[in-house]
Amino acid sequence: MGIIKTKDLVFEYIRRDEEGNVEGISRAVDEVNIDVEKGDFVAILGHNGSGKSTLAKHINAILYPTEGTVWVDGKDTANEEFLWEIRQEAGMVFQNPDNQIIGQVVEEDVGFGPENLGVPTREIWERVEESLKAVGMYEFRKHSPNKLSGGQKQRVSIAGVIAMHPKCIILDEPTAMLDPNGRKEVIRAVRALNDVEGITVILITHYMEEIIHANKVFVMDKGRIAMEGTPREIFSQVEKLKELRLDVPQVTLLAHELRKSGLNIPEGILTTQELVKALGL
Amino acid sequence: MLRDITLGQYYQTDSVIHRLDPRVKLVTTLCYIISLFIVDNWIGYVIAGAFLLMVIKLSKVPFKFMVRGMKSIVFLLLFAAVFNLFLTPGEVVVELWKLHITKEGIRLASQMAVRLVFLIMGSSVMTLTTTPNNLTDALEKLLGPLKVFKVPIHEIAMMMSIALRFIPILLEETDKIMKAQIARGADFESGNLIKKVKSMVPLLVPLFISAFRRANDLAMAMEARCYRGGEYRTKMKPLIYKKRDGLAYGVVAFYLAVCIVFGKVLW
Amino acid sequence: MSIILDHVSHIYEEGTAMEYAALKDINLVIPDGQFIGLIGHTGSGKSTLVQHLNGLLVPTKGNIYYNGEDIHDSGYNKKELRSKVGLVFQYPEHQLFEIDVFSDVCFGPKNLGLDKKETELRAYAALKQVGLEDEYFYQSPFDLSGGQKRRVAIAGVLAMKPEVLILDEPTAGLDPKGRDEILDQVAKLREETGMTVILVSHSMEDVAKYVDRIIVMNKGEVMFDNEPKEVFRHYKELEQVGLAAPQVTYIMQALKAAGLAVDTDITNIEEAKAAIIQALKLQR
Repeated sequence: MGIIKTKDLVFEYIRRDEEGNVEGISRAVDEVNIDVEKGDFVAILGHNGSGKSTLAKHINAILYPTEGTVWVDGKDTANEEFLWEIRQEAGMVFQNPDNQIIGQVVEEDVGFGPENLGVPTREIWERVEESLKAVGMYEFRKHSPNKLSGGQKQRVSIAGVIAMHPKCIILDEPTAMLDPNGRKEVIRAVRALNDVEGITVILITHYMEEIIHANKVFVMDKGRIAMEGTPREIFSQVEKLKELRLDVPQVTLLAHELRKSGLNIPEGILTTQELVKALGL
Repeated sequence: MLRDITLGQYYQTDSVIHRLDPRVKLVTTLCYIISLFIVDNWIGYVIAGAFLLMVIKLSKVPFKFMVRGMKSIVFLLLFAAVFNLFLTPGEVVVELWKLHITKEGIRLASQMAVRLVFLIMGSSVMTLTTTPNNLTDALEKLLGPLKVFKVPIHEIAMMMSIALRFIPILLEETDKIMKAQIARGADFESGNLIKKVKSMVPLLVPLFISAFRRANDLAMAMEARCYRGGEYRTKMKPLIYKKRDGLAYGVVAFYLAVCIVFGKVLW
Repeated sequence: MSIILDHVSHIYEEGTAMEYAALKDINLVIPDGQFIGLIGHTGSGKSTLVQHLNGLLVPTKGNIYYNGEDIHDSGYNKKELRSKVGLVFQYPEHQLFEIDVFSDVCFGPKNLGLDKKETELRAYAALKQVGLEDEYFYQSPFDLSGGQKRRVAIAGVLAMKPEVLILDEPTAGLDPKGRDEILDQVAKLREETGMTVILVSHSMEDVAKYVDRIIVMNKGEVMFDNEPKEVFRHYKELEQVGLAAPQVTYIMQALKAAGLAVDTDITNIEEAKAAIIQALKLQR
């Protein structure tokens, strides 16, 4: 069993009208089975409302399954006993950079998690230093978060999670509110964590460029896993992705269009170099 | 406009006062305020003034920052002074039409003015040399014993520090929503009171919704980072008294004693 | 009929230690009916610039003319200006406040002092323009999906019948399909009404597909102001300030470097496809 595993995971919530009467039941996550190995870089794609965020919140035990089971490092998230261990082992970064920074100084925010875990003072300082260095924000440690750019704020949030020494980190659309430069900064930091520190990463996004480096991709639609495979396998199915309200990088799309008009080019081209080669140049 | 209020504005520099434990500063400010109400003669005020000047000097905060803080209370100051000046009964010194200025009036008015100025300046020194976060920590620690009576001190301190973090964000948001509604032809300025209150709805509804959304997000983020109240928690920056803090307490005690002896008893 | 910016500068918190020049001596002419992309990274001054166009911000120096009149002359009707130059802010759904979608869209025309009938006609037309179905009209705006909320907010500005529509990053936070839907809707709207549209964006790919003029802002100054092809020819300079040409432009550069005779000015997929097929035919 991998570090994160779900079995027949279902999450339903009850919709109520203004008087509080039950209107109906919605299934946000429907029979999801995923298995993530230690050290993996997994991307979960999906349009807005596809259930990907709801799925993510199960891994951190913020939500509990209606049916089925979620295990983090072999521990069932529905078991109250493991709650704090699970939240420490599977750290979570959210979408809005402003709404997850608690401290008024960068270093204090990064220290918030370790403080909650009861880590001794001296070790908190060590952890804060190493985490801020890992995301390249050490020189900003004395700054107020309000003065930072969106990308910098998200890196502080990531440092705040690393300082808790998690085994796995789940990023729930961390780049959705950032500009292109901020997005690059964040993705670079996440990749470094995975490559250098070997932390398992689950990245939730709808930006296709960000998943190229993942070793496994899940695409969600209507609460279900609609596609599953390597980035190349996923990007080979341009038409299906479009049906799922997603797109592909321009180079993949161009290669797909050229193939459609009769050129002999394989599906799933990911980079410009690959296209140049495929055209026999 | 909000920028003019010095109270609550931290002035970053390195000084003895900045380095003091925030608890010392909080207690000192409290003692200082008490001292202002103990003394009732001029020697006492001179002592209080000298003490204040000494602390300001040590804090390395430019004097103009203190003065800037006074601007917001000028009206209050004038009002209190005029009120005291004309309405205190006693020995008449000057008579202007129907208004009498009495000896007691002058005394009370100047006393009130001096007290208010010293009080505001004294608290400004504290807020200018202590980060809001440190102040919250100090409050949490000083009021800690109240936990015995089931007062949720940790929660109150946490709420204060979150409020401090979100005030600038919400101010910015207010500005943005206001502009967005003005762009849709909203008018926040003209009209009578009722109209003005009504015109606030398009501002307040989105602002409240946003504040709730932020609160919700933040609560989730805190839980995800294993926050579960004050229990089990350690501190990254625990408050530990150093030698200089003991010394500072000594100085404050001495100052209080001097105030009582010269400002009260001997006159 | 146009907007003219004449030596416009804007300095935030002038005279304090926080002083910051957001706009430096901007000169622009925006004629009727153009589709303009305004590009620049965060802090380049593009948001400050658009807030000058409807008089929300007053320039520290310089003048702004709308249809020949200085908008900061005393006696100039600012409210009317704001109905003519409609500004949709970033995340506009955060300004929704009414109990139902339809009332919210009525807010703008009502503020213009129009009667009930005219207000409702305009609100209806605006909601149709953004492609929202009737079934949502009497729902609470807060129950809609992200993309729908954004449409309602845009309709709120359209209901004032603006001659110029400014959209500040209208696609932020939307998924790819939602992004294309909004942009297609805007392009269609512009075709139907002929209004001037200014699209503020980070994304060169989005802008390249629709606009006929790109204004690139950097550090409060206009860095480039030209048709897309001309601007993207400067992709190296764009990169230096943290921007980039669309990915397809780079692909064409790479193909050319590899020996394929293609035009490197291409900015969208359809053109690229045609050019490559053509070049390959010639090669054989």
